[in-house]
Amino acid sequence: MAKEVSVLIGGKAGDGINNAGAMIARMFSHLGYRVFMYYDYPSLIRGGHNFAIVRASEQPVAVHQNRADFILALDQETVDLHQSHCPGCTLVINSDRVKPVDGAPSVSLTALLTAEAAPSIMGNSAMLGAFAKTAGIPWEKVESVFFAHMPKAEQNLRVARRAYDLVQTVRVVEPLHRAALPLLTGNEAVGLGLVKGGLAAYVSYPMTPSSSILHFLAEQKDRFCLKVVHPENEIAVILMALGFAYAGTRTAVGTSGGGFCLMTEGLSFAGMAEFPVVIVMSQRTGPSTGLPTYSGQADLHFVRSAGQGEFARLIVAPADADEAYVWSKIAMDCAWEYQVPAFVLIDKMLSEGTYSFTRDTTDDETLADPLRKGIAMPYARYRDTPDGISPLAFPGTKGAIVKANSYAHDEDGITIEEAPVVLQMTHKRMRKEESLISGLDRYHPVNLLGVPDASTALLCWGSTRGACVEAAGRLGLRVVQPVVLSPFPERQVKEALAGVKRLIVVEENATGQLAAVARQYGIPSDARVLNYDGRSFTPDELYERIQEVMH
Amino acid sequence: MARTLITGAQNTWCPGCGNFTLQHTLKNVLADRETEGKSLDDVVLVTGIGCHAKMADYLNINSVYTLHGRTIPVATGIKLANPDLTVICCAGDGDAYAEGLDHLIFAAKRNIDITLIVHNNQVYGLTTGQYTPTSPLGFKGKSTPSGTTEYPFNPVELMLASGATYIARGYTKKMPLLQTLIHDGIAHKGFAFIDVLQICATFFNMTDYYQSRVYELTGHDATDFEAACKKAREWDYNRDAPIALGRIYQRMLPTFDSHYPTRSITKEEREERITRLLKGSV
Ligand SMILES: Cc1ncc(C[n+]2csc(CCOP(=O)(O)OP(=O)(O)O)c2C)c(N)n1
Ligand SMILES: [Mg+2]
Repeated sequence: MAKEVSVLIGGKAGDGINNAGAMIARMFSHLGYRVFMYYDYPSLIRGGHNFAIVRASEQPVAVHQNRADFILALDQETVDLHQSHCPGCTLVINSDRVKPVDGAPSVSLTALLTAEAAPSIMGNSAMLGAFAKTAGIPWEKVESVFFAHMPKAEQNLRVARRAYDLVQTVRVVEPLHRAALPLLTGNEAVGLGLVKGGLAAYVSYPMTPSSSILHFLAEQKDRFCLKVVHPENEIAVILMALGFAYAGTRTAVGTSGGGFCLMTEGLSFAGMAEFPVVIVMSQRTGPSTGLPTYSGQADLHFVRSAGQGEFARLIVAPADADEAYVWSKIAMDCAWEYQVPAFVLIDKMLSEGTYSFTRDTTDDETLADPLRKGIAMPYARYRDTPDGISPLAFPGTKGAIVKANSYAHDEDGITIEEAPVVLQMTHKRMRKEESLISGLDRYHPVNLLGVPDASTALLCWGSTRGACVEAAGRLGLRVVQPVVLSPFPERQVKEALAGVKRLIVVEENATGQLAAVARQYGIPSDARVLNYDGRSFTPDELYERIQEVMH
Repeated sequence: MARTLITGAQNTWCPGCGNFTLQHTLKNVLADRETEGKSLDDVVLVTGIGCHAKMADYLNINSVYTLHGRTIPVATGIKLANPDLTVICCAGDGDAYAEGLDHLIFAAKRNIDITLIVHNNQVYGLTTGQYTPTSPLGFKGKSTPSGTTEYPFNPVELMLASGATYIARGYTKKMPLLQTLIHDGIAHKGFAFIDVLQICATFFNMTDYYQSRVYELTGHDATDFEAACKKAREWDYNRDAPIALGRIYQRMLPTFDSHYPTRSITKEEREERITRLLKGSV
């Protein structure tokens, strides 16, 4: 059995649970563990129950388990809500707000803060100190994590030390003696992947769970020379991005379902006018305003078909932070290479989950050069070419008149309505989709995981993969995960499923959207395992649910 | 060699349409620009959807023929991407005042350095005659056969309230003034708004009404906000009153685009900075 430990920390909104959870995740990371952190919070600013689950393992992890080995309770509600799911767990309690529990390490945050004359926001440091000692984590590890990630580290460490000295070690988390990895949220990984793909502008209107991409890139704008814009609404967002693209700037937008609804006219414009743009669409539970801070995978059909008319689009659905980084870059490159809108389709689980990041970011791939074909004069923005891709020039290019158009247009970009030209230009755009399909081959658009020759397979997409891989490991199943969902990698999915006798589709929606898409391509499924309460599958839950449909 | 400024696209405006005047005015402004030695390669025309928007097909310059109501956000993105470009929008009154009103207010609020020319014919031309936000009370259009029951709003006053830094009103039957206003609007560093009373010969011909009421502003201090408000309120697009033409308000403020970095990053810098950021995340 791989070494593994889970910690749940809970309190009220406003207690800083997310930050405290991230500090715990870093401590495990510094012990050599791979970590995943799930943060669960209702859509409000103060009050209400918040908790984070940090899962650390010798193996890569991309999902949490609901049972924890340690519960750090800042308030009584944390004990009441979670203790019963965690038999045998070790409690660490804040005695100011939690009733005494026999044998549980206990600290009074107010007393420790008073002793150090520290402000109340440092209360979590006491909790972290108490936990570190309870779990036998060497003090040097606590110190190095605090110095790296805590403002006013010295004072926070004094508070933590008092708690550390006050309690006894109960259950030792063994160090693994491996180098610590960077920890990134899915949204940060998307942001970095876009930057790696040459991002120069990011345009977004805040909407959970995409907002932290906006916040991250706004904070990093000087480091990466980014133009970050927060306009009046999502209609403006997408159209500004198209203006940026027309003028030659690699641009992305980010939103969730409701905001994307407002972008669909602009999306179709991008299809017709052949503007390259990346749209990060982070799903939450719908329909409508739904559950703003909970996850879901119910927008696959919407994103695959949004916008009037027919046009090529790329949709990639990464499963974890590593993939989010890699595929956000690929999305940017492909958007520009094929002059199409490209989606990074993620969800709350991935956006706001924190992961150990293992990618080498110094690989020396060159950015696709949109001008690679050279431009002939007189310039025609929509020149008809064998692969459908027209040489791209930007306004300001000497002697080139660059005419982009949302109406049906000729090669020069002038509005036309004559049937033969309509057909010619439609065929030109359709050929781009063929080019995109063959171009995607080199990126391996489908992952084959688990037991590759097992006759029962799970078909899944996006963040659900983490739970699928673990459940499949215990049940001896194959896992097939298409990362690219449009154009659908039919051939590669069929290859990955070769020899499968029973296909079980796992996804987080109520109707089985990937199952429906697969069926369209002649890939019938035998069973569907669906979840749509906003909470992602955990490996244990999924293991149970799959067993119900194994035969 | 001077560029041929008109494309070969077939012109489909009605005879007597005020858009011809706007086309020739823009052509003159562009030709003057070329004579002054400025390249037309750096000019981008952004149009909405409507009769006005056909300008994109007819003028032989860089253009984006966008969506109904969406000139401004596209133009804003272009200007932010490349501040060296001169960005001119041709929008309709349905376009700028109904479908895309949010963008208009924000363009003024931000003072983005673009020029917006609103072809205000007080009607939806292309969709064959419905009322717009500037149609007078009681306007009988195809969607309001018994007459509208809502007052028009006053776009000039709206722009004053929203912070536009160049506000003017032109008229398609006063071409020399129109040319000056558009030229000055383009020269203005900041958001330039020009409401152009444009004759629609087919669906709402206001020629007689305008001819007896318009006058050119003289002795008006365009830097005086109070004086500008007074002039803006003189005619409310509804009741009978003298209609002032000319530059109503102008002020200099830093532009939105000037706050964005123009420096870009090399591939090596990008890689090195990603690595450094990741080190900080350990
Ligand atoms: C989203 C959307 N809604 C409606 C239309 C149909 N439409 C095209 S032009 C137009 C009105 C044009 O009026 P205006 O902007 O005043 O321009 P004009 O034709 O008068 O120059 C409308 C409603 C459209 N193209 N797109
Ligand atoms: Mg109109």
